[in-house]
Amino acid sequence: MSQPGTFRQVSVADALRIAGDRRIIDVRELVEWNEGHIPSATLVPLADFAATIEAVVPDKSTPLLVHCAVGARSMRAAAYLGQIGYTDVVNMQGRLAEWKALGGVWEQPAQLLSDAERRRYSRQLLIPEIGQKGQRKLLDARVLMIGAGGLGSPAALYLAAAGVGTLGLVDDDVVDESNLQRQVLHTAARVGMGKTESAELTLNALNPDVAVIRHPMRLGADNVEALVAAYDVIVDGTDNFETRYLLNDASVAYRKPVVHGSIYRWDGQVTTFVPYEGPCYRCLYPTQPPDELAPACAVAGVLGVLPGIIGLLQANEAIKLILGVGETLAGRMLLFDAMTTSFDEIRLWRDPACPACGDAATRASDVVVAAVGAGS
Amino acid sequence: MSQVRIPPVLREAVGGARDLEAAGTTVSEVLADLFARYPALRDRVTADGELSPFVNVYVNGRDVRYGDGLATAVSAADQVILLPAMAGGSV
Repeated sequence: MSQPGTFRQVSVADALRIAGDRRIIDVRELVEWNEGHIPSATLVPLADFAATIEAVVPDKSTPLLVHCAVGARSMRAAAYLGQIGYTDVVNMQGRLAEWKALGGVWEQPAQLLSDAERRRYSRQLLIPEIGQKGQRKLLDARVLMIGAGGLGSPAALYLAAAGVGTLGLVDDDVVDESNLQRQVLHTAARVGMGKTESAELTLNALNPDVAVIRHPMRLGADNVEALVAAYDVIVDGTDNFETRYLLNDASVAYRKPVVHGSIYRWDGQVTTFVPYEGPCYRCLYPTQPPDELAPACAVAGVLGVLPGIIGLLQANEAIKLILGVGETLAGRMLLFDAMTTSFDEIRLWRDPACPACGDAATRASDVVVAAVGAGS
Repeated sequence: MSQVRIPPVLREAVGGARDLEAAGTTVSEVLADLFARYPALRDRVTADGELSPFVNVYVNGRDVRYGDGLATAVSAADQVILLPAMAGGSV
């Protein structure tokens, strides 16, 4: 045992002999850890060391073995541990490669990403909640964007940048000059071009690896189910009630989460509908309102940055849904007021009497659920 | 007096106000106070004397439909939000 404030240095061969009796702390960075590590080790990167080590190892009499790639960073960590009162600290002075060569246990995580993908997404691979596994989920994910307009533009741009592998775009419109104030997927040179075509050019210029699937059509009763069934997450930027209710019922039937956004002048709303885990749109408003309650941007006007803000909140929700991390807006609606730069939050509840997802729902969508259930 | 948040699509009915103070100890009384001053608001928020199915009322973030409806108590410190179904995306 060392005196307080000190630590012992051992060779790799000695470290191998004593490793079984000690808690092993790897002070390298996450990217190095991902290349391979001692399976029983705990990763505490030197950069976070002072902030986290006492939470990781609360008992300061725990026998510790610290290591890095060559023994230099871990020596600093060992000295620090001695200073703050850990009484039995050993530093492995030597190369981790030697540990492997001498037959030390070693775990090589499966490489989930190509070298190019690891370079491209390196900044988000560093985030503990993403890493290679999370990035793989993003690359394998299929997100359907309803609308390649004001909300769809920022959402699709950032989802493509983040490496969401497949983006479906539903929009039957063509680019108009008056769109360019907010629909940043499109450009002045592409006025008159189909929006999904224009969007594909922008998205693939940003990230050629993203598969953009164009659906240059209006979402309707004839196509909604096939579209919803083919994707994992739906980002809803529709501008009319009819589409919103069609989408709601199909997404409940196929149990697909819908990230809902809407905007009006200076005000925006965003929430996430996760079927049967939270409310659906019909839990809020059971029947479709008349069209005169749905003023479009063309009539009401909209501040350009507003869909930017709301669309990116939608992208954030989509990413969390894909990764399965964090807390989504299921059961909550966020209200944003750009004029005062303030957010309000309201609670949303599942309605047991909801015509789409309620206990006794007898809508046609339930028949679809039954059919899907029977087929799988 | 409670604070009532007026959603953008209803602001024309109240002279453009974003927030209004209203008197009353229940949702019903608070709305009645607003309707007395802004008659145009009544048609947008109610139908046949009931809350319109296209407008939800939240007291401190909770939907009154899951409380006591129009009889839900409102105190002076409470925030009331009127929230109609909003269609406006931006395709």
